Amino acid sequence: MQTSNVKKGFRLATLIVLTLLLLLPLFVGISLSLSSSQSIAQGHLLPDHLEFANYVKVFTSTSMTKFLWHSFIISGSVMIGQVILSIMAAYAFVFLEFRFKKAAFILFLSTMMLPFEAQIIPNFATMRDLNLLNTYAAIGLPFLASAFGTFMMKTSFEQIPTALKQLSDIEGLSHFQFATRVVMPYTKVSIITFALYSFLTNWNMYLWPLIATTNDNVRTVQIGLRQLRSQDTASNWGLIMAAIIVSVIPTLLIIFLGQKYFKKGLTNGVIK
Amino acid sequence: MLYDGDYRSYNAFFNLYVIVMTSLHQIVTIILLTTIIIMTSMAFERVQLYMTIELRHLKKKYDNGEEVLTDINATIENGQFYILVGASGSGKSTILNAIAGFIPINDGTVVINEKDVTQLPPKDRNLSMVFQNYALMPNLTVAENIVFGLAARHTAKDIQQQKLNDVLNLVHLEEYKNKKPGNLSGGQRQRVSLARALVSDAQIILMDEPLSNLDAKLRAEMRKEIRALQQQLGITVIYVTHDQTEAMTMGDQVMVLNKGKIEQIGSPLELYNAPANTFVADFFGSPSINLLDVKMRHNSFHLNDQFEMLTNVDIDEGQYILGVRPENIVISENGALRGELTHIEPLGDGTNIEVNIGQNQSVRIKVSEQLDLTLGDVVSFNVLIDRALLFTPSGQLLHTGKSVSAVI
Amino acid sequence: MKKASNLKFRNESALGWLLLLPSFIILGIFVFYPMLKTFFLSTQLTDLMGNPIKFIGFKNFSNLFTSDSFMTSFTITLIFVFFSTLLTLVMAYLMAMSASQKIMGIAVFRTMFSSTMGVSVTVASILWLFMFNPQIGMFSKILTFLHLPQINFLSDPTWSLVAIIGTTVWMNLGFAFLILLGAIQAIPQDLYQVADLDGASWLMRLRKITIPATSPTIFFVTVVTLINAFQTFGQVDILTSGGPDYHTNLLVYAIYQDAFVNHSVGRASAQSVILTIIIMLFTMIQFYVKNRKGANYANE
Repeated sequence: MQTSNVKKGFRLATLIVLTLLLLLPLFVGISLSLSSSQSIAQGHLLPDHLEFANYVKVFTSTSMTKFLWHSFIISGSVMIGQVILSIMAAYAFVFLEFRFKKAAFILFLSTMMLPFEAQIIPNFATMRDLNLLNTYAAIGLPFLASAFGTFMMKTSFEQIPTALKQLSDIEGLSHFQFATRVVMPYTKVSIITFALYSFLTNWNMYLWPLIATTNDNVRTVQIGLRQLRSQDTASNWGLIMAAIIVSVIPTLLIIFLGQKYFKKGLTNGVIK
Repeated sequence: MLYDGDYRSYNAFFNLYVIVMTSLHQIVTIILLTTIIIMTSMAFERVQLYMTIELRHLKKKYDNGEEVLTDINATIENGQFYILVGASGSGKSTILNAIAGFIPINDGTVVINEKDVTQLPPKDRNLSMVFQNYALMPNLTVAENIVFGLAARHTAKDIQQQKLNDVLNLVHLEEYKNKKPGNLSGGQRQRVSLARALVSDAQIILMDEPLSNLDAKLRAEMRKEIRALQQQLGITVIYVTHDQTEAMTMGDQVMVLNKGKIEQIGSPLELYNAPANTFVADFFGSPSINLLDVKMRHNSFHLNDQFEMLTNVDIDEGQYILGVRPENIVISENGALRGELTHIEPLGDGTNIEVNIGQNQSVRIKVSEQLDLTLGDVVSFNVLIDRALLFTPSGQLLHTGKSVSAVI
Repeated sequence: MKKASNLKFRNESALGWLLLLPSFIILGIFVFYPMLKTFFLSTQLTDLMGNPIKFIGFKNFSNLFTSDSFMTSFTITLIFVFFSTLLTLVMAYLMAMSASQKIMGIAVFRTMFSSTMGVSVTVASILWLFMFNPQIGMFSKILTFLHLPQINFLSDPTWSLVAIIGTTVWMNLGFAFLILLGAIQAIPQDLYQVADLDGASWLMRLRKITIPATSPTIFFVTVVTLINAFQTFGQVDILTSGGPDYHTNLLVYAIYQDAFVNHSVGRASAQSVILTIIIMLFTMIQFYVKNRKGANYANE
């Protein structure tokens, strides 16, 4: 059936309007970040004249640079940890036979239904007793093992054709060789998807970094923003907006780059 | 006393001595020669035994108790193209997996080169495999896929290259060396898979329905190619298929399987000309054989209480199954049998028809000329009874070909 | 053979457990232990440092259910969860449908639509904080333009919850959209071709094809959004701090306040247990439905 040009134009217009509405808060934020304080105070949503002073200030007169760095370290190392541990566990669940495997897997799965929010009080006590508060370890350690990641890796490992396993058996590949030469290359897309998703989630973590840090030593960018907002009682909206735009760039990049993987990977990992 | 000056007696003694010694010498020579012959023949036999595979009393059950293999026995000789054929669920792939060592079996032994390998992992069985879905790594090039196993075994780089070039030449893939499998056609992918199996130097190659994902024309081409390669290199191939054409055209020996049991083992023509039972008879040939319920009475077969076929075969009176290949029926104006045409398939170079002879019995006929018939026409025909097969009512072969021969 | 499989069994057992060990250590220390500890603490009277003093059974729970502030926060949480989930689902579905059309440049729109998935709770909350700002915010401008009375969104008991719901829906749209889009695109096109031949209307196609074909995914997104909504914290913390007068005091925020501000760990643990039970319930429903569906698919 041929769709007429008018219909097409109408649909396109709908999509554009939807996009504008959806992203309006973001556009307003970008606009304010480029405005001067006077312009904002006068109630203008669009800048009188474009200026990047707010962005300069973010990096010069706030601790944002430090917070961004902390977030990179934590998100990156938790991501690496989650990917490695998830691959290890999923490999055991898919390619090895051992007693109580099923029980172990159910135990893994069960953690997916236990809300982290209900575990924060004892976890805080643990970190305090181990003298780990205000360290990277305090923020990152509890998240190194990921039931979700293990589950997602397991699902994608199961897609590897039996023949490839049989071939590797005939050729005498060790478990390590099979994992690195067959399993990981074959499930590359899933692994990258999970890594990106993990980074995204770690970067955006809020409650736990808030509890696990009491000073700026290892504070992450999210908590830094919260602080910036409450400190700036004068409501320097331009600066705050510039700071949040800076903080959201890495994750938006991930979304733009990984969109098509997310759709497939997350659906497969979660639903199947 | 023997020397008692009697030269003669001495002479006689000497003669005796010579005779004894000569015969002794002969005996020793004979013994020696025999030993040499026996030893040579034993050595020769060793060479012959080399690379055989023996399956002894293989049994396999699923966890739920269902039997997948019941007592499989077979010997696969060196250099044979050995085919395991059967419908899905017949156990043919299970046997292949047991030979490869992918699955544990419940009972029996697998012997390769006179060595019991039942307990050995796949890698120590010195064989390679070609898979139905090719099992190629999508991220590796053709060349990298082919040397996959060599690289895993840390074979020296220059030897890898040498072997790679040899085998690429063998399967005509030189110019695709650096392509990824995703850019190849199905036939080319299967050649890569074949090359990977050949490069390993294993003398036994297992093939698991390698052509089933290819289209008909390509399949015919690859059949020829694989068979030619196998004969050129003198390797042993164990080939699993459900396709009777592949079994007929490629195999030296064919094992026909049905529900985990061996129905028959033999060369393709043996299976076609002397099938052990109606299952095997029905399995080979297209259109498939006519299996007609007949009664033996007064030296003739009675079909449908309506038609009579004279025979001189010496059997008791009673119920039998007569197996007649469609090509062993001739249409003739005053044939002994007749019926109504219910189906016609013009093939160009011939025609397949089906004739209803009443009582819900149909006869398939294959002729090598074009027929000008329409549905409903009455066709009369004769059975070449000297080429028919005779089975017991339970389906076991009683007589083949000539022995059933008769006057029509 | 039995011997062979036994041999294999022993070799792989050690490796299997070795590979699981790191994950189990982490899960043990940071999931299983704290979960049990929370259950334990919920039955204890605790001091200001959070140390248990004595066993009091279900006293913490009975106290909760007679406390006005908890009952308010619990009711508010249910209302919040219901509306935020419903709105997320409906809006994301409409977006997914409009983004499943084949129009030039549709990929750009898809990326835009899913982009809120990458926005953190802090960023979303601060953006909306400005939108709701009574002096210079977007909504105050709109109200002025329409000659309507000004609303102080974040300090009005009703509107503050609306504001939190709005922010949450906006944040959740990206993820829900992406998953639903995947499901809609997976519908075989020939189903629609048949509908076209029958001259089915847009609504018929939606009711007879699109929704039934995506219903497993709709269910999945619903449960995930629901569970996320129960765990809402950041929006409340930044936008309203639970106020005005506990009217946005969602469950997790209440737990945080009780544990780390009011130093009432027993009470916070009791609320944590309630949260855990709710989330377990929904996860189990999802597992159950998924397995039932899975069995159906397996039969096909």
